[in-house]
Amino acid sequence: MPKKNQSNSEMLKGTLDMMILRTLVGGDAHGHTIAKIIEQTSEDILEVEQGSLYPALHRLEDRKWVSSYWGASENNRKAKFYRLTAKGRKQLVRETSRWRQMTRAIGLVMGEEGGA
Amino acid sequence: MSLFRFFHRRRSDAELQNEIEAFLAEETADNVARGMSPDEARRQARIKLGNPLKVRESLWMQNSPLLLPHVAHDLKYAFRTLSRTPGFTIIAVAVMALCIGAATSLFTVVRSVLLRPLPFRDPARLVMVYEHFRGGELSYHPVAPADFYDWRSKTHGFEDMAVVRPAGYNLTGVRNELPESVGAEAGSSNLFSLLGVPPALGRDFTEADDQRGSAVVMLTWSLFERRFAGDAKIVGGQIHLDGQPYTVVGVLPSWFTYPDARIQLWVPYKVDASPEMLQHHDWHGSQVVARLRPDVSLASAIAQVGAIQYQNHLQYPHDPVAEDIVSRSLNEDLAGDVKKPLMLMLSAVGCMLLIGCLNVANLLVARGAARQKEVAIRSALGAQRATLIREQMAESVLICAGGGVGGILLSSGATEWLAKTWKDLPTAQSIHIDGAVIAFACALMFAAVLIAGLLPTLSTTGKSMLKALQTSVRTGSTSVSRTALRKSLLTAEIGITVVLLVAAGLLLKSFMQLRATNVGCVVDNILTLQYGLPGKTYDTPEKQDAFNEMLLARVRAMPGVRGAALGTTVPGAGYWGSDEFTVKEHPPLMAGEHLPDALTRWADPGYFSALGIPLVSGRFFTSDERVARSYKVIVSHQLVQQYFAGADPIGKHLHIPGRAHYGAPNLADFEIVGVVGDILYQVGKEPKATIYFPILEGRGAAMLAVHTATDPLQFSVPLQKQIASLDPELPVSDVLTMKQIIGASLVNASLSATLVLAFAILSLILASVGLYGVLSYLTTQRTSELGIRMALGAPRDQLLQLMLMDGLRPALFGLGLGLAMSLAATRIFQSMLFGTKPLDPVVLSGVIATLLAVAVLACLAPAWRASRLDPMKALRTE
Repeated sequence: MPKKNQSNSEMLKGTLDMMILRTLVGGDAHGHTIAKIIEQTSEDILEVEQGSLYPALHRLEDRKWVSSYWGASENNRKAKFYRLTAKGRKQLVRETSRWRQMTRAIGLVMGEEGGA
Repeated sequence: MSLFRFFHRRRSDAELQNEIEAFLAEETADNVARGMSPDEARRQARIKLGNPLKVRESLWMQNSPLLLPHVAHDLKYAFRTLSRTPGFTIIAVAVMALCIGAATSLFTVVRSVLLRPLPFRDPARLVMVYEHFRGGELSYHPVAPADFYDWRSKTHGFEDMAVVRPAGYNLTGVRNELPESVGAEAGSSNLFSLLGVPPALGRDFTEADDQRGSAVVMLTWSLFERRFAGDAKIVGGQIHLDGQPYTVVGVLPSWFTYPDARIQLWVPYKVDASPEMLQHHDWHGSQVVARLRPDVSLASAIAQVGAIQYQNHLQYPHDPVAEDIVSRSLNEDLAGDVKKPLMLMLSAVGCMLLIGCLNVANLLVARGAARQKEVAIRSALGAQRATLIREQMAESVLICAGGGVGGILLSSGATEWLAKTWKDLPTAQSIHIDGAVIAFACALMFAAVLIAGLLPTLSTTGKSMLKALQTSVRTGSTSVSRTALRKSLLTAEIGITVVLLVAAGLLLKSFMQLRATNVGCVVDNILTLQYGLPGKTYDTPEKQDAFNEMLLARVRAMPGVRGAALGTTVPGAGYWGSDEFTVKEHPPLMAGEHLPDALTRWADPGYFSALGIPLVSGRFFTSDERVARSYKVIVSHQLVQQYFAGADPIGKHLHIPGRAHYGAPNLADFEIVGVVGDILYQVGKEPKATIYFPILEGRGAAMLAVHTATDPLQFSVPLQKQIASLDPELPVSDVLTMKQIIGASLVNASLSATLVLAFAILSLILASVGLYGVLSYLTTQRTSELGIRMALGAPRDQLLQLMLMDGLRPALFGLGLGLAMSLAATRIFQSMLFGTKPLDPVVLSGVIATLLAVAVLACLAPAWRASRLDPMKALRTE
């Protein structure tokens, strides 16, 4: 496995929640899958620390943005699955638009075309 | 929600563990699929996961968003450290309990007596109005009824004014119940509505009730419960007062104990007052309560009344009619003279609380020193200062909380005792602990936590703590600043102790002076009792004299009786009464000049010899001076000196208008037949000129004083039997020895002296413990230094001296500070002292000697230990 650059792998604060929610749009998933999807989608630039993934999942669950249930994984193992709730979907929309604004703004400041 | 999470931490932790298991399994399977060996796959999965404990921890923390678990953790930790040193803990908690308990008790009393408004309607507008004779010191002089009627009818600043005077009756049963004498008050019919007190049962007095000869009465709740078993049927029924039937019209509510709890029943003001008495402007015997109109200022209302009173004064220039009036709030009037001692004790107890806090702070500083290195290392590793402070505060929180709980328990007992012991306290029935008091105790506790905890904590966690890490082990100066802190705490502690000691010493000395006062007559082996002959049976002076003389003769014949005196009162038993007089043979007084006044007492012919009051000149009364032939008086030596300038008073006449025979206002001249020695009417008060009238002029109320050969209390039952054999219906009251009577007036002085002394001694003990603690700490800290000194040849005496001076220096500073503070403090309670000046040399030197002795004793043990160190051992210690 290629070692990722430290500065790249550090996640921007507050973005993990948003990415988890985004990941769950594609269907229910358990923690391992969520981490894997984030890593693969980001072309292995982002590494999800387990130390923050699980607390984040529990936090989202507390805020009722995801719900959870125990089910069998694709390999037929017992795993805790997370599902996006309606509330979570709304939150995702909010966060996404906020994120877009933010990256566009930062992009403008940094002199890039059009932003994200 | 967060609370929900907090309480479900365990469950979500277990869930997380399962999730982590699942993650590992998935990751391992993925790794195997990538072609790793199973062992390597598991290893890589674990590497990827990192420390599972850390994941669990971070979730655990996330689920514990409140400060609560930290605090609980700190408290648990503090509890464990405290229980490792039970001796320290018990002492500290006991000190705090004592201090908080004492402060809470006094606060309870102060609140009930001084702060809590009376349960009357709108009590802020209730004032007492008194007459005031200009020229003399400010005095609250009772009001004459005629003045009151003028005030009420001619002024408009008050909504209403009511008048009250003391009375007393023999309550006899309709159905053969035991007779008893009851304290009573006579009040005008508007009194209760003015105060805003509706009767609990029946009705209030009406205007029509308030007439001479009307026979209605209102009972207080306590009499109603006690004597009539709370039976509401008594309302409308009859009771017998002095043998006369009275109709009970109402019962007052249970909380109503005005003016004090001794009052058992109320009658209308005019019930037994003759019309002449009510027209007198010099029959000063009543008190006036007034309710201010909301739209009028007190000053203008009082000014109106004052103007009326001045007119009265001008109208009767030769009678004792006051020129002026004064007022004070009803609340203040009831609190009366206890305000000063109460405040004094409250401040004493406050000082003690402060000393207690300082002491606990001092002990905690020492404990903090032991943990200094730990704290330094932890803060070097990144512990936040707030966390460290919170942790160290936990100990003082626990100590103070324990102390607070103990204090509240303690004070519930102490308050009861105080309320019972302190005779003067008004509203003594309603003193109890309630929510406000507990809130006060909690506030005290909080303050104590801050003082006792924050002070040492801030010092241990300050910037200087890193120095603790830097300095090597072997130095004697690790914490100069902390030692300085402890020493200044100690100086403050000793300073406050000195103030308390001085106050206690002064109060104690004035109490001893009071005890040693000679009231001017025999006080040993004297038994007194009082009775009042009911006017119905004993309706003529002859009948009253017959009873009195018969009783005297029988008592004097009793074996073991040395003498018996019959009068209205005895020396030391209080003011009782006074009258204004003029000397007939002297030129008339100038208008506006002050009328002389003197105490008035009645005495039988044998009174003076039985009580051992010496005859200065002239003679005693004879048994011939009775009824119509009784216009004779005996005066005290002081009266002669004051008003006759040494001339022979025998044969001169005193004109005493207040004592004119009923219906014969011109017969008011009394011939002086004798001069007797001075007596004190009350211990602690200046002696006052006294006039004695012959009791055989016919009086129904009397005090019998019997001088016995042996223990006077043994005679109480035989004496009462003698009275019962003469009149079985006659109740006897206040069977007391002379010592008890005099002692009663000393109870309050003794109480404040004893309490303040107790506080002072406790503070002294606390301060000496503090001194001992600081010096022991210093000694251990300087052990290696002392070892070096010894190794270099310092003599042991020199080391002893060195250590001793180290401990005594804060004591000396504290002493100086305390003496300076007490100069200011004692001035405040100067008026409570008797025969003692604030700068009493005996007291001051006593305090200095005591404090020095205690300080030396407290310092000697650690200093001695320091000087006896084995130099080898001392050098080896860290």
